[in-house]
Amino acid sequence: MPTVAPLDLEGHCVAAVFLGDVPHFALADGVVHRLDHGHKTVQANDGLLAAFHDAANDRLITAGEDGKVFAIGAGGNAAELASAGKKWITSVAAGPQGAIAFASGKTAYVRFADGKTKEFTHPRSVEGLTFSPKGMRFGVARYNGATLHFPAAEGKPVELEWAGAHTGITFSPDGAFLVTTMQENALHGWKLADGKHMRMSGYPGKVKSLSWSAKGKWLASSGAPAAIVWPFSGKDGPMGKAPLELGTRGNAMVTTVACHPSQDVVAVGYDDGMVMAVRFADAKEVLLRRPGKGAITSMMWDKEERRVAFGSATGDCGVIDITA
Amino acid sequence: MSDAQTQIPVTVLTGYLGAGKTTLLNRILSESHGKRYAVIVNEFGEIGIDNDLIVESDEEIYEMNNGCVCCTVRGDLIRVVEGLMRRPGRFDAIVVETTGLADPVPVAQTFFMDDDVRSKTRLDAVVALVDAKHLPLRLKDSKEAEDQIAFADVVVLNKTDLVTPDELAKVEATIRAINPAARIHRTTRAGVALAEVLDRGAFDLSRALENDPHFLEAHDHDHDHDHDHHHHPSDIHDVTVQSVSLRGGEMDPKKFFPWIEKITQMEGPNILRLKGIIALKGDDERYVIQGVHMIIEGDHQRAWKVGEKHESRLVFIGRELDAERLKKSFDACQAA
Repeated sequence: MPTVAPLDLEGHCVAAVFLGDVPHFALADGVVHRLDHGHKTVQANDGLLAAFHDAANDRLITAGEDGKVFAIGAGGNAAELASAGKKWITSVAAGPQGAIAFASGKTAYVRFADGKTKEFTHPRSVEGLTFSPKGMRFGVARYNGATLHFPAAEGKPVELEWAGAHTGITFSPDGAFLVTTMQENALHGWKLADGKHMRMSGYPGKVKSLSWSAKGKWLASSGAPAAIVWPFSGKDGPMGKAPLELGTRGNAMVTTVACHPSQDVVAVGYDDGMVMAVRFADAKEVLLRRPGKGAITSMMWDKEERRVAFGSATGDCGVIDITA
Repeated sequence: MSDAQTQIPVTVLTGYLGAGKTTLLNRILSESHGKRYAVIVNEFGEIGIDNDLIVESDEEIYEMNNGCVCCTVRGDLIRVVEGLMRRPGRFDAIVVETTGLADPVPVAQTFFMDDDVRSKTRLDAVVALVDAKHLPLRLKDSKEAEDQIAFADVVVLNKTDLVTPDELAKVEATIRAINPAARIHRTTRAGVALAEVLDRGAFDLSRALENDPHFLEAHDHDHDHDHDHHHHPSDIHDVTVQSVSLRGGEMDPKKFFPWIEKITQMEGPNILRLKGIIALKGDDERYVIQGVHMIIEGDHQRAWKVGEKHESRLVFIGRELDAERLKKSFDACQAA
């Protein structure tokens, strides 16, 4: 039976992550809580809006209302990495070689490990950004499509067009596909080799959480009463194939998905705070956490594949141990 | 649907550069009224007050991907409101200041069309600041100035000290011609009582018309299609926005609802606002209805009072409205 070690906090949890083997919970007020031989905290942004888990460097990159970017390391280090004035920084991502990217309004910034920064201004707001898993390349979600930049080189960006407002963005782990979340209840994808479009629609709500399964064979998504899991193992991605619908509930919406690090299993978080684990092969469900006070907003598996850290919109966070 | 108690009211402030928006914002932020406001501005500009809750945001108009050209939202507001609402204890209400040239419609529609925004906030009122001296010129050189007035629930007619009483009367008549349903306050230095612009509940179906008990009565224009207003404002402005006020008895719900749906579907792009009180046959409660372009909402408001005349009143504010056709088809919805 899975057991839950609760951590009841006040406020909206933006990110629940493991740094090393220590669970961390970054809240909207900028306080990062951790369970490291007791409950400890460190203050990052004055108002935290976005966070990105930098797995390669075992740190959490945060950005916020104070126009600053912080790196939170294991052990409670909070270091300011960058500052962009008085405006909100609304998205942040980590890339290869210690590079990070962040965006404020229409401008995206890349900060390389040596502290040099480069600015990329767009005609419209940068809604989301993410690095490609391969090479020094990052993608920006924007109105009517996505833009790919190559910050280490000079040269023109690649523009990918699709009508509508694109709000979030992710590359498949092999770098072959780019997928965006949209203001409409849909995902859009591009096969980067030939620019082929992939429309993934039919969601009753906005998609706010995406997670690639082990080796990028599947892409799990929120925005429906079930986790919608699209097959990406074929060369054309999910085109012409139906997605899996896992963990379907009649009276709740999936708000967060987090795929298991090695197996075809997804942790599914709902708007009532329930968490389930569901296996792709047979859709078998295991209850990990009963409903709580608010919607699940963030989840992450630890490296040992034993625990899931979760955060909620109402601050009732915790760690689920599935082996106990 | 989220509980109305927890929905944060949002006031939208429109008006041209120099109309007095900053003065009004400074008052909202500095006067002691016991409420805390988060303010979303396009530029920090001249707001001389240091406040963590002043958020600068680039106006970002997104057309929805559904083939409807009037279905636009402010993408930046969706993001900023989401961010603000993650820490809701910091403020009691939100004020959105738009740039001078801004179209107020996408701002308003954001609060109807985005589920996340809608569940946490509610549009309280659209307030237009108008510079009495420069309005005639603004109306000549832009469509937006007219739209802002047409769309407003409250018009603050500011800088009245810079014009003669005669000029002021003309300007007010022009505003009235564009928008017969708005409340107009004459001010100098944006000195309107804050209670007249904040927490108005103008989009709240149960309150919208309570604020204006004489809805459609005080300014009961005769809407012939030559559309000749009593005030003859056209010597300072050729009004392209028109209002069509309709009046009738009890409506047959089987006819009225399909009719209003069809009108808003077909004429949606031309309709800026619509508001009405409808008497439905066999229904002992007043039905109130409002709309923005193609979005309409309606609900029962309260029981008809004893002796109250069961009358239906509906006003459309928009462009290229066929008053004659609207009137005929509206009349045809009346219960036998």
